[in-house]
Amino acid sequence: MTVTTIIFAGILTYFTRMTMIALISRDMLGDKIKAVLEYVPSAVFPAIIFPGIFINDFGTFIEMNDPKIFGALVAVIVGYLSKNIIATISSGLVSYWFLIFVVFN
Amino acid sequence: MLSKKQLFKRGMIDISPHMLSVIPFGIICGAIGIELGFHPYSVYAMSLIIFGGASQIVFLQLLSGGASSLVAVASVGIINSRHLLYGAVLSEYLEKLSFIKKLLISYIVVDQGFAESNKFFKKNRNEEFLHYHLIGTGCTLWFCWQIATLSGIILGSFVPEELGLKFTIPLTFIAIIVQDLKKLDHVIVMITCGLSSLLFFDAPFKSFIIISPLIALFVAALLLRLKK
Repeated sequence: MTVTTIIFAGILTYFTRMTMIALISRDMLGDKIKAVLEYVPSAVFPAIIFPGIFINDFGTFIEMNDPKIFGALVAVIVGYLSKNIIATISSGLVSYWFLIFVVFN
Repeated sequence: MLSKKQLFKRGMIDISPHMLSVIPFGIICGAIGIELGFHPYSVYAMSLIIFGGASQIVFLQLLSGGASSLVAVASVGIINSRHLLYGAVLSEYLEKLSFIKKLLISYIVVDQGFAESNKFFKKNRNEEFLHYHLIGTGCTLWFCWQIATLSGIILGSFVPEELGLKFTIPLTFIAIIVQDLKKLDHVIVMITCGLSSLLFFDAPFKSFIIISPLIALFVAALLLRLKK
């Protein structure tokens, strides 16, 4: 039972990946649409970032003094200045750890 | 001109820092599947067949929570519908490929790979074998995801939950878009998307993940009109 469901979910997921790449040609997208598509990363990824910071595992909003907010701010600043992915991720994580293991402990 | 091999390697190098979040997340994903009582083969089959981090976890949680298969499949489809946007962006760079190659390369398009290859494509439009960069990022992500979920399945949650490694997911995506904070129009689009995602978080089928990008793109279209 589960396996059939997984296969259906997989086929559907594959179609989301393949449709625009294989079935749509460049000419079908006008210049205006292409200009808007320039914003795709900025328009999509915050929908992963914001809930990942502000909503906890139980689906409710976190307190405004939650260590994740601080960690995310550190990551933004370090990332902006360093332009380095490893520095961005590790600075955010380490400052988060610092708060949960050292300060709030 | 870079060779196919050089482009593939470049893709591997460009994506490798993101493994800091992909590997722990994969381990968590595999371990959750076992904890929720699924057969190890089913949990691994998901990494192979669906190959989409967040959607796999939601899928498992829905099924174990007693949701119908239809609801689980629909949710996966909606969560992953953002790939349509990635495909629309990438199609410009992949149009010269044969239909079969397009079908094959589609399987490995995931968030971080799209983001890093798209950055590379924008700067190196004239490279002949551009798609090898995407193959490099995609294959690296695929390989690490398989290994990570497999180890989560076999070893269980050997990464202590107290470490909060799920937090690396937002951090990895912060690293992807942080340089665009220099541009005011991008900042407006990001904030629109972020606030919408919190506002619509409880919308059915996790649809906030596609509703908020669509709202943000609409705002982007308005901004483009204002710029003229």
